[in-house]
Amino acid sequence: MVIQIVLIALVVVAAFAMLRGQGARRQALRRLGLLVFAAAAVWSILMPDQLTELAQLVNVGRGTDLLLYALIVVFISYVVTRHRRDQRTAKQITALSRQLALDEAPPPRDLGGEPLSGGETDPLEGG
Amino acid sequence: MDRAEFDDLWLVIPAYNEARVLGETLAAATAVFPHVCVVNDASTDQSGQIAQSFTPAGVRVVNHLFNLGQGAALQTGFDYTLSDPLMSRVVTFDADGQHLVSDAVRLARRLTEGFDMVLGSRFIEATAGLGPEPDGTLTDPAVAGGQGAPADGATKMGFAKRWLLKTAVAYTAFSVKLPLTDTHNGLRALNRRAVEAMKLTQPGMAHATEILERIKAEQLSFTEEGVEIRYSEYSRSKGQSMLNSVNILVDLMLR
Repeated sequence: MVIQIVLIALVVVAAFAMLRGQGARRQALRRLGLLVFAAAAVWSILMPDQLTELAQLVNVGRGTDLLLYALIVVFISYVVTRHRRDQRTAKQITALSRQLALDEAPPPRDLGGEPLSGGETDPLEGG
Repeated sequence: MDRAEFDDLWLVIPAYNEARVLGETLAAATAVFPHVCVVNDASTDQSGQIAQSFTPAGVRVVNHLFNLGQGAALQTGFDYTLSDPLMSRVVTFDADGQHLVSDAVRLARRLTEGFDMVLGSRFIEATAGLGPEPDGTLTDPAVAGGQGAPADGATKMGFAKRWLLKTAVAYTAFSVKLPLTDTHNGLRALNRRAVEAMKLTQPGMAHATEILERIKAEQLSFTEEGVEIRYSEYSRSKGQSMLNSVNILVDLMLR
């Protein structure tokens, strides 16, 4: 009984923690999905026998095995989303630091005296 | 060789820890090209200082704060050269001395035939009569530095590497639907329009494919030109050869 209380508390806390965030439609969908997840989690904690029945319905031996498979799926999708987000961040950082490098770069060539006298040669161009 | 011929041209050299050969590469390059942009990709060796010391010869150094990869370094170089209103041509060149300055000259000259880009290829013959003296009148880094590359067989590569590269080339050419004989050659010439069209975002070696995708998307006209690659002991020692081909393949598969 103790473990069930602890687990349910954890699920509720996790669900509320994930409810925060910004975004419109996608955010709403994610929140609905989260509610379903929380309900399913509480249900599986309270009624482990029904979970096992469900597992056997899809030809998986025990409820815990089903849970494990679900966890693997969730983990993989997490890795994929995380990876996408990381890539986006990396691109932003790259753009930012490239701009910084360009801002601090020396001028490409001295165009200062050119309009005044056409015959003036750039000291850098030995010819 | 008259440096005035190339006053409108920038040689873009991405450099990451190439101190051992960068000096030779730059000495050879600045003898021909008056404007060279070295993008120092946060080298931890003396590469930055070496490049800086060539400032009187026309080298401009752009420093990345931390290592961003060759694709990002190239893009930084492109952006930098676009800040020069007189730039009308860019040639990308590897820092490690595997390219010949004479090949860069030939690519640059072929741009004047009206192509937006001229791509270097290891697998076709060079156009005769365009380039400067092929017999080494130019001081090319590998020759001058005595890197141990045979003067005649510069393009020689091992069987396995050749096979891997050709596979990568075939796959890339197929996936971007461009008829190319070499897709991962660092020696390329671009006119201003092509430079403006480049928006490289991929790190690592994937930028080679990205360049081709830009060619396709922006409908840039292009041709290939035979170039030599010197697989010197130095470039071999960096493990650039076989393992890099594997990287290229994996990069392509994972796209």
